[in-house]
Amino acid sequence: MSTTTTEELSATTLLRFATAGSVDDGKSTLVGRLLHDSKSVLADQLEAVEHASRSRGQDTPDLALLTDGLRAEREQGITIDVAYRYFATPRRRFILADTPGHVQYTRNMVTGASTAELTVILVDARNGVVEQTRRHAAIAALLRVPHAVLAVNKMDLVEYRESVFAAIAEEFTAYATDLGVPEVTAIPISALAGDNVVEASANMDWYGGPTVLEHLETVPVSHDLSHCHARLPVQYVIRPQTADHPDYRGYAGQIAAGSFRVGESVTVLPSGRTSKISGIDVLGRPVAVAWTAQSVTVLLEDDIDISRGDLIVPAKDAPATTQDIEATVCHVADQPLTVGHRVLLKHGTRTVKAIVKDIPSRLTLDDLSLHPHPGQLVANDIGRVKIRTAERLPVDSYADSRRTGSFILIDPADGTTLTAGMVGESFASPEPVRDETEDDGWDF
Amino acid sequence: MTATVATPAEGTAGPYALSHLDALESEAVHIFREVAGEFERPVILFSGGKDSIVMLHLALKAFAPAPVPFTLLHVDTGHNFPEVLDYRDRTVAEHGLRLHVASVQDYIDRGVLKERPDGTRNPLQTLPLTEKIQSERFDAVFGGGRRDEEKARAKERVFSLRDEFSQWDPRRQRPELWNLYNGRHAPGEHVRVFPLSNWTELDVWQYIAREGIELPQIYFAHEREVFRRAGMWLTAGEWGGPKDGETVEKRQVRYRTVGDMSCTGAVDSVAVTLDQVIAEIAASRLTERGATRADDKLSEAAMEDRKREGYF
Repeated sequence: MSTTTTEELSATTLLRFATAGSVDDGKSTLVGRLLHDSKSVLADQLEAVEHASRSRGQDTPDLALLTDGLRAEREQGITIDVAYRYFATPRRRFILADTPGHVQYTRNMVTGASTAELTVILVDARNGVVEQTRRHAAIAALLRVPHAVLAVNKMDLVEYRESVFAAIAEEFTAYATDLGVPEVTAIPISALAGDNVVEASANMDWYGGPTVLEHLETVPVSHDLSHCHARLPVQYVIRPQTADHPDYRGYAGQIAAGSFRVGESVTVLPSGRTSKISGIDVLGRPVAVAWTAQSVTVLLEDDIDISRGDLIVPAKDAPATTQDIEATVCHVADQPLTVGHRVLLKHGTRTVKAIVKDIPSRLTLDDLSLHPHPGQLVANDIGRVKIRTAERLPVDSYADSRRTGSFILIDPADGTTLTAGMVGESFASPEPVRDETEDDGWDF
Repeated sequence: MTATVATPAEGTAGPYALSHLDALESEAVHIFREVAGEFERPVILFSGGKDSIVMLHLALKAFAPAPVPFTLLHVDTGHNFPEVLDYRDRTVAEHGLRLHVASVQDYIDRGVLKERPDGTRNPLQTLPLTEKIQSERFDAVFGGGRRDEEKARAKERVFSLRDEFSQWDPRRQRPELWNLYNGRHAPGEHVRVFPLSNWTELDVWQYIAREGIELPQIYFAHEREVFRRAGMWLTAGEWGGPKDGETVEKRQVRYRTVGDMSCTGAVDSVAVTLDQVIAEIAASRLTERGATRADDKLSEAAMEDRKREGYF
C-alpha cells in the first residue's frame, strides 16, 4: 500500500461481503489469509497472533487467530453475532461481515448477508456439498445476495485434484441456480497453504480462473439502475428558518433504489400527493441527478405536507400501498414470534403498529420443504408470515428492492429486534408441504 | 430510463458506483438523520480528536443549510492538550453550537474520584460521562468509535443500547439488518451511536484530506518536549511528568490519537502535511493503538488471554 497515492485510494469502491462456513471448513483461516496476504495485518497484530500461537505450542502463526478475538467471549459463553472486518487493496476497499461458523445460527448469516453484495461459501473438498452448504446457499438466495463464491477449501488434502473440485462445483452450482442465486463463481483453494486466495496456486495449473481476492476486487458492485423503481424514504425535514434560508424546505433521506432527477414528477406516499422535484442537494452540493445509496435532500415545487416516514417515488412508478403484508421472515430473537403477537414494524423510515395474523409455514433449509402452520417461529426459524399493519405502507417486493422490500419487527414492550422480513414471494413459496409428522425440529 | 451521469466514480465497474469515501459518507449521514428523526435529546461526544471532528463535519453536511440539531459533550480530563481545547472552543463558537462539559477535575476536587497512582485519568472519565448523560437525559450519544480499532469493537453495533448504568451488554445486542436501525429504548437507557463504525483510520485521514477539514496542530509533526515512559513519548507537563529518572528531550513528533496527556503517546514523524500523514499511515506497520501504546504491542484481547492463561 505504501506505493499507492491518495488519489488512487480515494477512487476505489467499497465491496461489502459476508463469509459462511463452519469452523472445520477453514473459514477463519481463509479470512486470516485474506487479511494477511493482502498486507492488511500490521506488525503489532501479527505479533499478537504469533505470541498466542506460541503459547498454544504451534510452530507457525495460526492465521485463524486474527479473527478469533471473539474467543474470550466464547469462553464466557456469550452469544456471538457478526463481527465486521476491514481490509483494502489498491483496487478496492472491503467490509467483511464475518459470521462466526461455530455458532451455526441462521440469524447471524442473515444479518451479515442483509448488507452484502457477495457471499463466500466455504466447503471442505474432502466432504463436498453438505447440508450446511445447502443452508448457506439457501440463505444467500433468500436474502438475494447478488454474487456467490463457492470456495472449495483444503484442496491440499485431496492432492489438488481437478476432478474433486469439478464435481463439487457442478453440484453446488446446479443447486444454487435452482434457488435463484444469480451468479456462482467456484474457486479451488487451500486457505492454510495460501493456494488461490491471494496468490495463484502453483499446485493447480488446471485452474484458469481468478483467485479469491482477484474476484473480490473485480466483481461489479453497482447495478443497472434502469430497471429499478426509484424510492426515497424521507428521514427528516430540513427547515433552517434562518435569514439566509427563510423558505428552504428539504426532504432528507438516503435513496433506497433507483435514481431521481430534477424536473421529475413525483408522488408522496402514503398521501398520494404529487409534485415536481425542483432541486436535489447531495450534502450541500446541487446536482441534476442522484442515485442509490446517496444521502440527498430533495426540494419540491409545491409546498405539500411531507414528514418522516413518507416515501417519495416517481409519479409513473408508485408502488401500491397495503395494510396486509405477506413476507418470508427470519426470526432473530430468543423469544418466539406467535400468531396474534402485537409488534412494531419498521419499514424504511416508518415505524407502525402491526399484528401477526398468521404463520402459514416454516421452512426447513435442509430440503427447502415447508411445515404448515407451525404456530410460532423461534430463534433462527425462517417462515412465511402474514402481517396486518395499522397504517397503509408502500412496500415493494424484496425481489425488486432489498431496501424497500425489507422490514424488521420490534417488540413494543422492550424494543427487542424480533424478526427480519422480506416482502413477497420467496423461492420456497410454491414448494410442496412436508408431512407434519416428520417435524423433528431444527438442528441448528 | 436512460440516465446521463453526473459524477461517476472513476475506474469503477459501473457509472452508479459510489467511491468508497462517498459510500461511507452517505451511510454516516443516514445514521445522523435517523437519530435526528427518532430521538429527543441526542448529543455528540466531541473531544477535538480527528474522529469526533469528522463526525461533526458529517453532521454539518447532513443538515445543511440548517444548523446541526445536536449539542456537543466533552469529557474534560483536566489533562488535555491546550491546542485541542483551543480547537474545541473555536469550533463550538464558529458553528454556534452548545457545548456540555463533564469535568474529571471537578469530581477529583469534590472528592468523588481519586487520582490514580499512575496519574492516568482515562478510566476516571466514565463516571462524569455517565452522570452527565443521566442528568441531561441524553437518549442518543454519538461516539467516534470505529470497528477497525480493536477486536471487541469489531462486533459493536451502529446503534448500541446502553442500560441505565451505561453498560454495554454483548448478550443484549440487537441484530442489525439492512439499514433498519432500531433505536427503541426504555426511560433511563440510551443508545450509543457510531456513525464511523465502518471507517478505518486511513478512511478518516483520506476524508479529512478530501474535505479540507482543519485539525489541531498536534496531529502534524512538530518539535515538542517529550520524555520516555513505558516505551512511549509523553508530553512533559503539569499533569505529572517527567518524574525522577525521566529526561526531557526535544523531538519531532506527531500524534495519531488524541486523548489524555498522561496516556497518549506521540510517534516520531516528519509528516507536516495531510498527504505526508496519509503516506505515513499507509506505510505504517503498526496499528493506531499499537503505535500509541508501544509498551504493549499485543492487542487487548491477547492480553486478556495471557492473564487468563496465567502468564502474569
